[in-house]
Amino acid sequence: MATNPTWPEPAKSSLLGKRISRLDGPAKTRGEAKYTYDRKRPGMLWGAVARSPHARARITALDFGTAAKMPGVRAVHAVKKVGDEVKWALDEIVYVAAATEAQAHDAARAVKVSYEILPASVVDDDPKAAGAKEQNPAVQGDPDARLAASKVTIDGTYGLAVVAHLCLEAHGQLVEWDGDSLTAWCSTQSVSGLPGEFAEGLDVPASKVRVICEHMGGGFGSKFSVDAWGIACAELARKAKAPVKLMLDRAAEVAVAGDRPSTYATVKAGADADGRVTAWISRSWGSGGLGGSGSPPIPYVFNFPDRRHQHVSIPTNTASSRAWRAPNHPQACLVTMAAMEDLAAAAGMDPLDFFLKNLDRTAREATYREQFRIGAELMEWKKKWRPRGSAKSPVRRGLGLSLHTWGGRGHKSNCDVVVNPDGSVEARIASQDLGTGTRTVIGVVLAETFGLPLSAVKVSIGDSSFPTSGASGGSTTVGGVSGSTRAAAVKALDAIFEKVAAELGASPDALEAADGTIRVKGNPAKSMPWKKAAARIGAAPLTVRAERPDHLTDSGVGGIQMAEVEVDVDTGIVRMVKMVAVQDCGRIVDLKTAESQVYGGMIMGIGYALTEEKVYDRATGRPLNANMEFYRVPTIGDVGELVAHLQTGPPHDARGVIGLGEPPVISPGAAISNAVANAIGVRVPELPLTPDRVIAALEAAERKVRA
Amino acid sequence: MMPPFEYASPATQADAFRLLADAGAMPLAGGTDLLSLMKDRIVEPRRLVNVKGIPELRAIRTGSDGVRIGAAVTLDEIAAHPQVRPYRAVVDAILGIAIPQVTSQATVGGNLLQRPRCWYFRNGMIPGADADLRYHAIFGNTGPAKYVHASGLAPALIAFGASALIAGPKGERTIRVDQLWRTPAATGEDERTLQPGEILREILLPPHGERGSATVEIRPQGNAAWPLAAAAVVLDPTGASVILGHVAPVPWRSAAAERAIAGKTIDVAVAAAAGAAAVADAKPLSGNAYKVRLAAAAVRRAVLAAAGKEL
Repeated sequence: MATNPTWPEPAKSSLLGKRISRLDGPAKTRGEAKYTYDRKRPGMLWGAVARSPHARARITALDFGTAAKMPGVRAVHAVKKVGDEVKWALDEIVYVAAATEAQAHDAARAVKVSYEILPASVVDDDPKAAGAKEQNPAVQGDPDARLAASKVTIDGTYGLAVVAHLCLEAHGQLVEWDGDSLTAWCSTQSVSGLPGEFAEGLDVPASKVRVICEHMGGGFGSKFSVDAWGIACAELARKAKAPVKLMLDRAAEVAVAGDRPSTYATVKAGADADGRVTAWISRSWGSGGLGGSGSPPIPYVFNFPDRRHQHVSIPTNTASSRAWRAPNHPQACLVTMAAMEDLAAAAGMDPLDFFLKNLDRTAREATYREQFRIGAELMEWKKKWRPRGSAKSPVRRGLGLSLHTWGGRGHKSNCDVVVNPDGSVEARIASQDLGTGTRTVIGVVLAETFGLPLSAVKVSIGDSSFPTSGASGGSTTVGGVSGSTRAAAVKALDAIFEKVAAELGASPDALEAADGTIRVKGNPAKSMPWKKAAARIGAAPLTVRAERPDHLTDSGVGGIQMAEVEVDVDTGIVRMVKMVAVQDCGRIVDLKTAESQVYGGMIMGIGYALTEEKVYDRATGRPLNANMEFYRVPTIGDVGELVAHLQTGPPHDARGVIGLGEPPVISPGAAISNAVANAIGVRVPELPLTPDRVIAALEAAERKVRA
Repeated sequence: MMPPFEYASPATQADAFRLLADAGAMPLAGGTDLLSLMKDRIVEPRRLVNVKGIPELRAIRTGSDGVRIGAAVTLDEIAAHPQVRPYRAVVDAILGIAIPQVTSQATVGGNLLQRPRCWYFRNGMIPGADADLRYHAIFGNTGPAKYVHASGLAPALIAFGASALIAGPKGERTIRVDQLWRTPAATGEDERTLQPGEILREILLPPHGERGSATVEIRPQGNAAWPLAAAAVVLDPTGASVILGHVAPVPWRSAAAERAIAGKTIDVAVAAAAGAAAVADAKPLSGNAYKVRLAAAAVRRAVLAAAGKEL
């Protein structure tokens, strides 16, 4: 018999959907959890990189003979040769491996390179910049005519700067060869995908590559690839015949290991007297590096009948962009929701009413309506909201809101569930836990299915020798691994039901696992302790593999966020007072780690809204803030009160498990920008909302009043 | 990665001078600035001479001439010292840093003699055409130096009329605190007036008397962020001292703001006039005009706080 795996009913769940602390929390807190950065191997060498100081240059001479002879140096691997071009500052030239970290760095510094400096551009905010590519406009209806006939119109400019991923654990790996096989400990979002990439880059069979990532200090979309430095590290190890660890230093991490493309936009939009949007005409441009940028989906979420949008992609001499948590969505969200809020202000309406009036233009009207109702209550919106610019005191409060959407369907995932005759249970998946709680989610599903406490199950992930599972991108992991774990666990349990059914005097499909027993449904007296049941397997462990079935996951969520800020108009400093996030994400496995994702999204959002931007010197193209001193992320004192409300119960619980990593980071920029506009009476066009930008907007408005 | 260096920890001033006499030797106190300069390869000392083991540099002594603070006394120790507590502007400046890892380690000497935080300087670059000077000077910026003076303590010490005792192998000299720096006339010139081999031994704060004071820093989000503007104000019955920080390559006295206060009862209008006077001559560079408004706000708020008035 084969039970079609389903999720247990919420009322009957003992673990699923509860607030459960993460399994690896204590180990991480105590410093026992081993990240790639912590790994050491016998005879291990340290890798370091000689990098280009120039944003664009041709190599005219390259001498690493001196470096190769430096104390402790065991291998040199050049990835550029004379005549090659470097295309961004801190581009890699030569890798070295040496016995100590200091020797490796000294050797890298001893690499002598001569350059012919070539013209470079890091200008990302000029749609007429050299190489800018206009994409085809997307048009629907007759926006020009509708705009001309609109009662209320706005003509706004909006934008967000390039930001970094700033993973606290930098990119990197430790690679060790054993003959022609290699093991790589990597900080990666793609344990299953990396062996193939190593194989291709090193010309070895993928079957000879094993990738391990037990704990991981953040990826946010920047750690899908083996990366040039992964292959180079393996080449160093091959040449030196010794393990090599190469982790990026903070400057390289900020400068070359991930950009979120900037977006700047102009929007002309109109509304009628009732607050219905009539027309939308926008143009956006931006860059995430050499590859330019993708086109953000503008207008975002709202499908206005009459609209036109065109995007211009600008190449710059900076490392190419990488997926940054909800690629293109935060940008599209800011441009759209800020223009909507400006329209509401122009129409003299509360933006909450204005948004509600236009929700029928979204794909999930009922969801957003309910979320705004919950959010308004949690924020006390109607009590607190004042029309834009009402506040006249030096320190002014304001409210702003935004909405967003995401998919989140579970990726392909396989799971082995192993039941040992002693009753111990283990799940094995070649997945990874980016810090999101993946390990804990697998444990919850496993323990729930077997009717055991969380402490009685073992979760083994982060090793490519386990069954393959998808990369952690697009908020697909929770839906993937929870589904494969549930399916494999149910299958294993079915096999055990078969073995004990006769003893319990019932048919296998009349049995259930609960409270540490196998028992007859509806007759708990007829039961057998779990250990006794497991012993019926025989001498060898039972191993069962399953793939995630489609029906255990779903796709398509909405979310709204509201921000309350305080702005000091004398200094331009924005202080977060409160943020509210309301989010749906189907069936929740662990409410605590789910809330954590939402808190993390809000905090990351506060970062790109208020302080984060990558700054380059325009003359040389070199990064000016590739550090954590001037590339500033929020501290706990900067975030104010955070409220995360996850929607549970019907109809959400019936949908299956949906991903959550991305959605909560989409709206903060827009909500905070809108709150600042509401507080000070004028739109600050660009994020981050640093004092210089806030003061510039205030002073421009003050000059207008005087004129 | 830092360059390799020798490390010495002398117990006497004489040993320190001997160890500092060699080229490439540098004094080390808290190291909060020096170590990052070394990691960024902005300086590559061959020898670090730890001065925290020299008793004279570690003491706070009070006498009829005021409070003497050894240069290697930590910021936390100063802020907690009962004899320093009346000097409100000094305490404000330390509390403003708000990073225990820094204030427990950093010293008064190190805070005063730290190098500019300019992101060109820290990257081994010189700002050229089209430079991004959003954090740079709005006063005293017509020469090659565009950076701002980073010391949080300097404005308060100068406002109190503090002096600095400089010790060297050839003897001692006492200067006003503001004489510790110059605005470099040429690129690459050190902004500090100490001669090679000399150390800052102690700071003398004159008796507090009947004075009111405050330091106000305008700091953006993040407790590790540098202030964008700051002002230390000391009021006494005969007049006022107004020293701005983070607005010029040196701590910047505003005589105009002092004149706007002199002989007046402090109220919101007087404070606002002082703020406006302080920035009347500001010459912003590209991208930093916003700092003019911030500097005015810092002065206005510091004047009110020094007078014990609400904003």
